[in-house]
Amino acid sequence: MSSANFDFGGWLESARVGRILNDALRDADDGELYLQTSQSERLSFGDGRLLGASFGISQGFGLRSICGDLVAYAHANKFDEAALGRAADAVRLAQRGRTGSWDVSPPRKKRPHYADVNPVDSISFEAKLDLLSSIDAYARSKDPRIFQVGVSVSGSQKLVNILRPGEQSFSERRSNFSLGVTVTAREKGRTESGHKGIGGRYRLEDVLAEEVWHSIVDEAIRQADVNLRSVDAPAGAYAVVLGPGWPGVMLHEAVGHGLEGDAIRKDASVYAGRLGQQVAAPGVTVVDNGTLPHKRGSMNFDDEGTPTQETVLIEDGRLVAYMQDRLNARLMGQTPTGNGRRQSYASAPMPRMTNTYMREGKYDPNEILASVREGIYAVDFGGGQVDTISGNFVFSCREAYRIRNGVLQEPIKGATLIGNGPEAMRRISMVGNDLALDDGIATCGKEGQDVLVGVGQPTIRLDEITIGGTQ
Amino acid sequence: MSADPPELIERTLELSRKEGASEVEALLQQTLVTSVGCRNGTLEKVESAESSGLSIRVFVGRRSASASTSDLGREAVRALVRRAIAMAAASPEDPFSELTPASELARKPEMDLQTCDTASLTPAELLEMAEAAEAAAISVKGVVATRGAGASFSESRYRLATSNGFVGEQAGSLFSVGCGAIAGSGGSRVSDGDSSNSVYLGDLGAPALVGKTAGERAVARVGGRRMTTGRVPVVFDARVSNSLLGHLAGALSGAAVVKGSSFLQMKLGCRVFPESIDLIDDPLRARGLRSRWFDGEGVATRRVALVQDGILTTWFLDRATAKQLNLRTNGQANRTGAGTTPGPSNFYLAAGDHTPQELLSDIKYGLYVTAVMGQGVNGLTGSYSRGATGFLIENGEITVPVKEVTIASNLLEMFGNLTPADDLEFRYGIDAPTVRIDEMTVAGSRPPVREDSKQQTT
Repeated sequence: MSSANFDFGGWLESARVGRILNDALRDADDGELYLQTSQSERLSFGDGRLLGASFGISQGFGLRSICGDLVAYAHANKFDEAALGRAADAVRLAQRGRTGSWDVSPPRKKRPHYADVNPVDSISFEAKLDLLSSIDAYARSKDPRIFQVGVSVSGSQKLVNILRPGEQSFSERRSNFSLGVTVTAREKGRTESGHKGIGGRYRLEDVLAEEVWHSIVDEAIRQADVNLRSVDAPAGAYAVVLGPGWPGVMLHEAVGHGLEGDAIRKDASVYAGRLGQQVAAPGVTVVDNGTLPHKRGSMNFDDEGTPTQETVLIEDGRLVAYMQDRLNARLMGQTPTGNGRRQSYASAPMPRMTNTYMREGKYDPNEILASVREGIYAVDFGGGQVDTISGNFVFSCREAYRIRNGVLQEPIKGATLIGNGPEAMRRISMVGNDLALDDGIATCGKEGQDVLVGVGQPTIRLDEITIGGTQ
Repeated sequence: MSADPPELIERTLELSRKEGASEVEALLQQTLVTSVGCRNGTLEKVESAESSGLSIRVFVGRRSASASTSDLGREAVRALVRRAIAMAAASPEDPFSELTPASELARKPEMDLQTCDTASLTPAELLEMAEAAEAAAISVKGVVATRGAGASFSESRYRLATSNGFVGEQAGSLFSVGCGAIAGSGGSRVSDGDSSNSVYLGDLGAPALVGKTAGERAVARVGGRRMTTGRVPVVFDARVSNSLLGHLAGALSGAAVVKGSSFLQMKLGCRVFPESIDLIDDPLRARGLRSRWFDGEGVATRRVALVQDGILTTWFLDRATAKQLNLRTNGQANRTGAGTTPGPSNFYLAAGDHTPQELLSDIKYGLYVTAVMGQGVNGLTGSYSRGATGFLIENGEITVPVKEVTIASNLLEMFGNLTPADDLEFRYGIDAPTVRIDEMTVAGSRPPVREDSKQQTT
């Protein structure tokens, strides 16, 4: 990271920038100047060779002014005072005729949740190439059915500085890396693939012992093998047992988006107006926690400067809190929860999840499986989607098995599960004691903005949900 | 447009050569966007943005690497070039990636693709449009609220230059208006919406009509129930049938084919669709949402028939994938952060001979789909399983609303039993008419004989 960018064109010390900012937000309820500079690098290997190597720098500022519920936002990708001046003019024009009273500032954070590291340059380009090459060779050597191996490694760092008028800036570095392996195998004329990825706020060398990437490859191969044996999935309503960890994407869709403060305030969620009510089965506790060490979804403070925290959303089945950014908290008379996030300087923040998971319950996972006479056991998923107004959500499984008389049987092909959030949450009848979080590869999209998140849960039993197979 | 000097791109080429690149491609993109959102008749959001980005692909012999930056200062560009060249020099040779040779570079055609309107809209005019859309939605009987309405206007400039003499520039404009409406009551509310996007302001859907459509669609969803599980014909409304082309485009990309990860891998020259079905990519359509006269590698674009009379005739190709497949590029290179990848421009399924009503007429019991959800499509196997919303088809008529079902099949089977209607309109960039698929498995309510012994709680 060149030193010229580190100080954001001198803006952090510039009296003139301070004056423009004060002036732009003088009559506002809230707002800030968000400065960002990011570096990212990606290498991808496929077909036995390097397919591509790319490097990118992204930087810019976003100026936000809020009066009441009107958000005025202007952004540009240069630290140039003329551009800031134009941005200030634009937000003042939008807020013309409105005045507010300046809101309380976010408190200061005490303890970081990950190291201040640069994962992009911590190991050399050549070393990364060697790594990909070794992973490729290892994968091909493990199973003769494999004819294609894809490996990608990416690292990024994002330096964030949030300037509020008359205050010291909030600043931190957020790093992220991920490593993914996909293998494609063919047997008896049938082709299937398997995938495994890991990631988080680490440096690459912190997690890349040989045994670590061996196990990533082994897992991808195992999944391809399972898929080669999979049969058509059934269609209809079944009891479903979801495995620990990544299947928590169900929660993300079934309740997560519906509990974001903007959807609640605008009455665009099936959970609006339901604080205090039973929205899930007893024994179900769901939290959103932005403080988990090293986790992809964690931050030290959110993109408005509010420290992240653990927020219990649903406690023993009762809805107790929403995820709030500053705007929606203020308009609803609540407290920000550190969930105000944005993809980059190019967007205004809105309530978003961090790491969202269900706490463990009392059941042994084997007991949960044994309880199902006719159903499905699903352990890996692609992504999902939700319509927060109706509460209907989907998530697509990638590795699943039939259960008959409490015993796991043949693997079934991927299928989409569909349900209704409140109904599905009330049908959780058993919660396991094996909480796990996903391995750090989840991205959440909302209104065209992507943020890094985490999901998780223990093994759980859903008494009934519709599975979209072909049988 | 911003004050970045147009010589920036030429300077970057020169600098790259000086720093050791044998060949280089540079792309400069600049965009200005203004958007407004309103809800309950008042302004809720105003956003304005200026952005620019430079991306380069450098070659050191047969080694290459890509880099991009939004910091266009001299020092930053120099550092970027050096880094890209260092990455390229450290990379193994790639037998397939190369710049387009000078003799094959595109020349600006005579025809005007009309990619950029001279009209523009102020924030106040955008607000007027958003308010008109929302007001129209609210006035539809049965609409209880809106999710808001929005309108936006953007202008862009795109300039690609190569070290072997290509310079191509294209300006663009985009106008949008959209609205979401909510209907129903209590815990059973539903929502739906409509939007319009166009290159020319004159082609944009009237905001009041967009709002009215949003409202009517939301009201039509009220009272949705699940269907019984079973195999039925499925008809995709033209607002959602283009999603099938999206999956097809992924499987037709040269990048998937060279990796062996396309379910259509072995089908070149084979029948994939019924007779008389054509799937066309046309980058040269005037006012098309994705029109361009040169692709991401400076190759001349042209109309390509991916599927002709139901036979798969070619893939989406760029130079590298074409070379690997012993074919020639067909000008379908799309730029990404890491170079190019082959993909569609204005891609469409040509209109068939039947009206949508005729497609429905012999369906005694089926599903008419107006929205799909989720990602359950596997490009390697063609396996398809997605959430769906729509209406029952009973005895040739669209009847009651359906919600919370899935539709599943395999894309090979779906494409092989597909009939397009005649109502093709160019609205999205990837477009299709109403489409009928002869049979898919719908999963909805519990099929008759299935019981679980676990005690139900609550």
